[in-house]
Amino acid sequence: MAEGQEHPLSVYFWIWGLLFIISAFSYAVDYFQFQGMLRWSLILIFMFLKAGLIVAIFMHMVWERMALAMAIIGPPVVLLFLIGLMAIEGDYTESTRLEYFGADAGVYAEPHSLAASEEHH
Amino acid sequence: MSSVATQQLETGAKGFVKDWESDKQTFHVPWGKAMMWIFLLSDTFIFSCFLVGYMNVRMSTRVEWPPVSEIFSLSMGGAPIPLLLIAIMTFVLITSSGTMAMAVNMGYRRDRAKTAALMFITAAFGAIFVGMQAFEWSKLIIEEGIRPWGNDFGAPQFGSFFFMITGFHGIHVSIGVIYLAVVALKVLRGDYEKKGYEIVEITGLYWHFVDLVWVFIFAFFYLW
Repeated sequence: MAEGQEHPLSVYFWIWGLLFIISAFSYAVDYFQFQGMLRWSLILIFMFLKAGLIVAIFMHMVWERMALAMAIIGPPVVLLFLIGLMAIEGDYTESTRLEYFGADAGVYAEPHSLAASEEHH
Repeated sequence: MSSVATQQLETGAKGFVKDWESDKQTFHVPWGKAMMWIFLLSDTFIFSCFLVGYMNVRMSTRVEWPPVSEIFSLSMGGAPIPLLLIAIMTFVLITSSGTMAMAVNMGYRRDRAKTAALMFITAAFGAIFVGMQAFEWSKLIIEEGIRPWGNDFGAPQFGSFFFMITGFHGIHVSIGVIYLAVVALKVLRGDYEKKGYEIVEITGLYWHFVDLVWVFIFAFFYLW
């Protein structure tokens, strides 16, 4: 049986601290109300940094053999296709809604009246 | 494989088990760890389906998405601070991940008392997280009147995605708390003295995964 993953505690403390700092940064993105591309790129950068640190260090993936790493990291890459296809589909659905209901979203569904007529009272 | 060898193999349920315990090992890790990773891989796809569905709906709706930052704000006496509760929940979960990593380390040092203590602390943080989530849900349901089929703030799909995604994650955390407590008790009792302490690392994998999923939920659901 392979030896377990034992590493110096200092490694974990470093990553722990880093995760705290990055989380604070991603919270700051919302707190200071960054918008547009800047918001998106910051959110994604911080998200992937955090996810990467958790998988690599806390879940010990950097120290595992490649056979295991590829078996686990590989398949989710296919999700990029799903995300891409569903993004195209979402865009298309929106465009048909624009075409049939017009540019003014409120015309066919005013948020408040929609919720009110269907459920409340 | 020759027919002679096939005949020598056991049949039925016993054979089924024998086939799976074949010596042709691919992953040079304890089998429990490989299985946990494969389970987590399948869980990744489940959560991805939820999040991709959410993305698709959010891209195609013509109704404004509810102002997430305001809905999840919390006022501490003064003006409401956006996303405060969510930020605290995030830090609670990261803290629990840190204590879990230390528990794994203590396990391999065969320090049973410290391992169990750190696992109980991790479970306690998890329970706090679930408690805060319960508070958040009741605030949204009772005060804000958000329902899976509609709400007063914008796109009606907001509720269904919120309850489904955070609910599914919350169930994972709750199961994790129970899982941690059970393993910690067994550690304390000395059940793993012979088998070794890989089980703590395996439990840790599950716990870190729960934290990992929260990273994506936080980014896509709360910050978008």
